[in-house]
Amino acid sequence: MSTQRGRIRITGFDPTRVDERDPLSEWVEDGETEPESRWRRAWRRFRRNRSAMLGVAVVALLTLLAVFARPVELFGVTVQPIALTPFEPDTILYLTPEYANIGPYSPPSGTALLGTDGTGRDILSRLLYGGRYSLSIGFIVVFITAVIGIVYGSVSGYYGGLVDEVMMRVLDVIFAFPGLVLALVVVATLGGGYWQLVLAFTVFGWAGYARLIRGEILQVKQNEYVMAARALGARDRKVIFRHIVPNALAPVVVQASLSIGTVVIGVAALGFLGVGLDPTTAEWGTMLNAARSTLIQGPGATLPWWATVFPGVAIFLFVMAMNLIGDGINDALDAQDTTVTQGGGA
Amino acid sequence: MSLRRFIARRLLSVVPILVGVSLVTFGLANLAPGDAIDLLVSFNPNISPTEIAQIKARYNLDEPVWSRYFIWLTSAVQGDFGVVISSNQPVSNVIVSRLPPTVLLGFLGWLIALVIAIPAGIYAAVNKDQLGDDASRFLALSGISIPNFWLGLMLILIFAVWLNLFPVLSPQKPLLSPSMLWFLLLPGVTIGTAASATLMRIMRSSMAEELNKEYVTAARAKGLPERTVILKHVLRNSLISVTTVAAFLTANILAGSVVVETVFGWPGLGRELVRAVVGREINLIMAITLFTGLALIIANLLADIAYAVLDPRIRY
Amino acid sequence: MALLEVDDLTVQFYTEDGVVTAADELSFTVESGEKFGVVGESGAGKSVTALSLMRLIEEPGRITDGEIRFKGEDILSMSESEVRSIRGNEMAMIFQDAQTALNPVYTVGEQISEAVRHHLDYSEADARDRAVQLMDDVGIPEPDARYDDYPHQFSGGMQQRVVIATALSCDPDLLIADEPTTALDVTIEAKILDLIENLADEYDTAVQLITHDLGVIAEVCDRVMVMYAGKPVEKAPVDDLYYDPKHPYTVGLMSSIPRVGEQRDRLQTIPGTMPDLVELPSGCSFHPRCPFAEDACTRKEPPLVDHETGQAADGDTDQHVAACLEYTGDLVEGLDYQVDVDGADPNTGSATERGRDHGA
Repeated sequence: MSTQRGRIRITGFDPTRVDERDPLSEWVEDGETEPESRWRRAWRRFRRNRSAMLGVAVVALLTLLAVFARPVELFGVTVQPIALTPFEPDTILYLTPEYANIGPYSPPSGTALLGTDGTGRDILSRLLYGGRYSLSIGFIVVFITAVIGIVYGSVSGYYGGLVDEVMMRVLDVIFAFPGLVLALVVVATLGGGYWQLVLAFTVFGWAGYARLIRGEILQVKQNEYVMAARALGARDRKVIFRHIVPNALAPVVVQASLSIGTVVIGVAALGFLGVGLDPTTAEWGTMLNAARSTLIQGPGATLPWWATVFPGVAIFLFVMAMNLIGDGINDALDAQDTTVTQGGGA
Repeated sequence: MSLRRFIARRLLSVVPILVGVSLVTFGLANLAPGDAIDLLVSFNPNISPTEIAQIKARYNLDEPVWSRYFIWLTSAVQGDFGVVISSNQPVSNVIVSRLPPTVLLGFLGWLIALVIAIPAGIYAAVNKDQLGDDASRFLALSGISIPNFWLGLMLILIFAVWLNLFPVLSPQKPLLSPSMLWFLLLPGVTIGTAASATLMRIMRSSMAEELNKEYVTAARAKGLPERTVILKHVLRNSLISVTTVAAFLTANILAGSVVVETVFGWPGLGRELVRAVVGREINLIMAITLFTGLALIIANLLADIAYAVLDPRIRY
Repeated sequence: MALLEVDDLTVQFYTEDGVVTAADELSFTVESGEKFGVVGESGAGKSVTALSLMRLIEEPGRITDGEIRFKGEDILSMSESEVRSIRGNEMAMIFQDAQTALNPVYTVGEQISEAVRHHLDYSEADARDRAVQLMDDVGIPEPDARYDDYPHQFSGGMQQRVVIATALSCDPDLLIADEPTTALDVTIEAKILDLIENLADEYDTAVQLITHDLGVIAEVCDRVMVMYAGKPVEKAPVDDLYYDPKHPYTVGLMSSIPRVGEQRDRLQTIPGTMPDLVELPSGCSFHPRCPFAEDACTRKEPPLVDHETGQAADGDTDQHVAACLEYTGDLVEGLDYQVDVDGADPNTGSATERGRDHGA
C-alpha cells in the first residue's frame, strides 16, 4: 500500500497578504488584550465569595464594637469618646443605686442584655470591651511573627548550605513542641500579663512563616527562569526577590489570616486556665474561667448558662470569621484560570 | 532494605533535635527571675534563711545556668527529673502516673478524627462544589473555629448537667474501668472535633488535587468502576500528603489535651502541666515539656516512615 | 457498518469566561482495522474528541449533542456500566504523557493486570502472565523482573510502552492514541510509532491517532481529519490530503514545513494564532488568518462539502471534503496556491499530478 511518495512543495500561501490587509471583521486577536493582574483577579474572586465577605463584615463589626465600646484615652487626651456599652466593664451593678436588684449571675434582662457574671458585672459590656484584648494581641502577634518568620526564612533559603541546615534544625526543634505548651512555659516563668502573652505566642509563632518562605525561595531558586535570568546576567538577589515576593506572599497571607484565629483561641485558652491576664480582666477566655466553677453545682440548681455561653460565642464568631476570610483568600489566590460556574442550562 | 536504611538515617537525625528540645525546654523554663523559691517565700514569709539555703543547695539553685542545665540533663537521661517542691514527690512518679490517661485521651482523639475525617474528606472531594461539599466544609471550618475549652464546657453543660448523661466530675476509678471510659467520651469528642476538622480539610484538598491528575482519567479509561478508582488509586496518593500533617495533628491533640484535661478534670499530664505552671514547679514543667517534645519527635518519625511506606518514590 | 460512527458531536465547556465549544458538530467514521488520523494545533479540540468517545468528559464539560455509534450502539445513550465495560476492553486509550498517566504508587505490572482481571476475569496468576507477555510484546526487556517495578524507575519511552501494553491488554477493537509521542525524543518517537503500527496490524485493531505532527500522520494513517477551532475543516484519505490539500488551513500547515535546500530567509508560518474558543471569529473561523479570505468568509460559515460537487458529505469514507466557501461557489477570487510534487512514481494515480494549479 505504501507508494513511492514524492516531495511536496507548496507555493502561494502568502502570510504577508494577511498581515498587510485591513481586518475583514471585528474579531480581534486575543494576545492584544492586557491580561489582568493576578492580584486584581484574586481580589475580584474574593469579593464574589459570599462567606469570605461575611467574615470580613463580622470582623469589621467586632473591631468597631471593640474600639467604640468605651472611650479611649491617650496620654490624658480623649481620642475616642463614644461609649457603646451602657456600663464600664468593671462596674458592679448591684452596687449602683438604680440596679441594686441585679445581683451576681442574673439572667439576661432588659438592663443586662446578656446577664451578669459572678461579680455582678454586665456581660455584654465586658464582651464588647474585652474584644480589645483578643483582637489586639491577635493582630500584634501575627504581625510580629510574620516579620520575624519572613526574615528568618529568607536568610535561610537565600544562603542555603550550612547556614540553611542549621537554621532548619532550629526550626525542627521549635516544631517539636505544641505551641500552647511553649506559651504555657513562658507565662510560667514570666507570669501573666499583656506583653507576656504577646511574647508567649511570638516565641514559636514565627516558625510557620519561616518554613513557608524558605520553601518558596528554594523552589524559585530551582526554577528555570531564575537560571535563565542569571544567564542573562541578572544578580541573584534581585532575581530572587522579584520573583519570590509575588509567589510567596500568597501562602503567607493565607497563613497569617488563619493564624490570627489560632492566637486568639490560644490567648483565650491561657486566660481560661487562669494564667493569662489578671482574673478580673474582661478578656473572653478569662471570663470563662470564672464561669467554670458554676457547672459543678450539679443538675437542678439554676445554672448561669449565660456566663458560659456568651463569651465562648464571641470567641467562636471572631475566629470563624477570620477563618472564613483566610479560606476566602486561599481560594481566591489558588484558583486555576479555568474556574467554572455550575453547568448552564438543562 | 532501603526502607530499613531510611529509618536508621531518620533515627540518627533525631538526636540533635532531642538535644535542641532539651535546650529550649530548659532555656524557656529558666528565663525569669522569679522561681519556686520566691513563690515558697511569698506563701511562707517566716521561712528562715537557713531553710532557704538548704533548699537552694538541695536543688542546685545557686549554680550558673549552663551548669544547672547539665545537671538537669544528665539526671533526666537517667530518669531523675527532680522533685516537685511543694509535695516533695519525685517528678518521675508524677509522670508515670499521669502519662497513661493522656495517652488514652490522645488515642481516642486520633481515633475519632480518623473515623470521621477520612470518609468525610473523601465524600467532600468526590462531590466537590456541590451541596454536600459545601456543608461539610462549613462544618469543618466551625470545628476548627470553636475554642476547645468552650466546646468542653458546652458539652458538660448540655450532656452532663442538663441531660444528666455523664458525670460532671471525673470518677476516681482505675483507668480502664467502664465508668472512666464512659466519662472519657466527652473529653475525647472535644479533642477529636478539632482534630477531625483539620484532618478533613486536608483530606479533601488533597483528594481534590489528586482527582485532577491524569492517572485518574487513565484508570477510568481502563473501565474500572468508580469506586475502585477512588479507593484504590486516588486514596493512596491522597494519604501521602495527609501523613505530612500527621505530626501537626498530634501536636494539636497534645495541646488540646492540656486544656481539655483541665476542663474535665481528667487526671493526665496536661492538667498536671497547668498546675505546675500555676505553682511555678520548674522541674515538673521541664519534665512534661520534654516529654511533649519527645512525643512529637516520635510522631514525626512515624509519619515519615508511613510516608515512605505509602510512596515508593521515596524508597527507590 | 463502520466500527465507529460519530455524528454531529458537540462538546461544550461552561467556564467563568463563557461557553467554550470545544467540538462543533464533528462527524467522522473509523472502519475496522484502519488508521484514522486527527490533526490540528493545540487548542483545536482534538483531545476533547478522544475523551468524549469514551464518555470521559467531566464537569465543566458536557457532551451536548450528537451520536457516537460504536459497533452500532450509541455510546451516549448507554448506561454507565455499559460504557465502563467498553472502556479498556473494546476501546482503549494511549495518553500523551506516560509519566502522569501511570499511578506512581503501584507497580507497572499491577497497572497492566488490573484491566485484564477486571474485564476478562483472569485470575491473578493468569493476569500476571498476560501482563508479562504484553510487556514483552511492546519491547520491554526482562519483563518478568520489571513487572514489580514502579513507573518512576522507567525511562519515558519505556513508560509509554507500558501505557501501550495496558491499552492493548484486553485486545481492543479501537485504539485511541492521544499524541502518544509528543512527550518523547524523536528517535524514541519513531520506535513507538512503529510499535503502534505493527501491533495494530497484528491484532487488527483500528487506531485513531491524534497529533499535531503532520509527519506522524503521513507515516501511519490511512485517512485524516484536520481540525481547527473545534470544527473539522478537511477530511480525506492520506495521500489525497497531502498531495491535493483543499482547505487553506491544511495548505498553510503544509507550507510551514521547512524543506532542505529551500531558498528562504525566514521560516514560513500561518500568521496569527488559533482563536480562543470562547470568542470565535464570525463566519469561517479561519478567516482572520487566511490569505484567501474574502468578505463572504466573514458572513457565512462554510459547511463541510465535497470539493468537486459542493454537496455535503455523504458518508463515503473515501470522499475528500473540505469546509471552505470556495467549494460552495461563494468565493469570488478563489484559492491561489500551487502544489508541486517532485519525484513521484508515475504509476500511482492522482498523487502524481505535477504543478496542479488551484486558481479560479
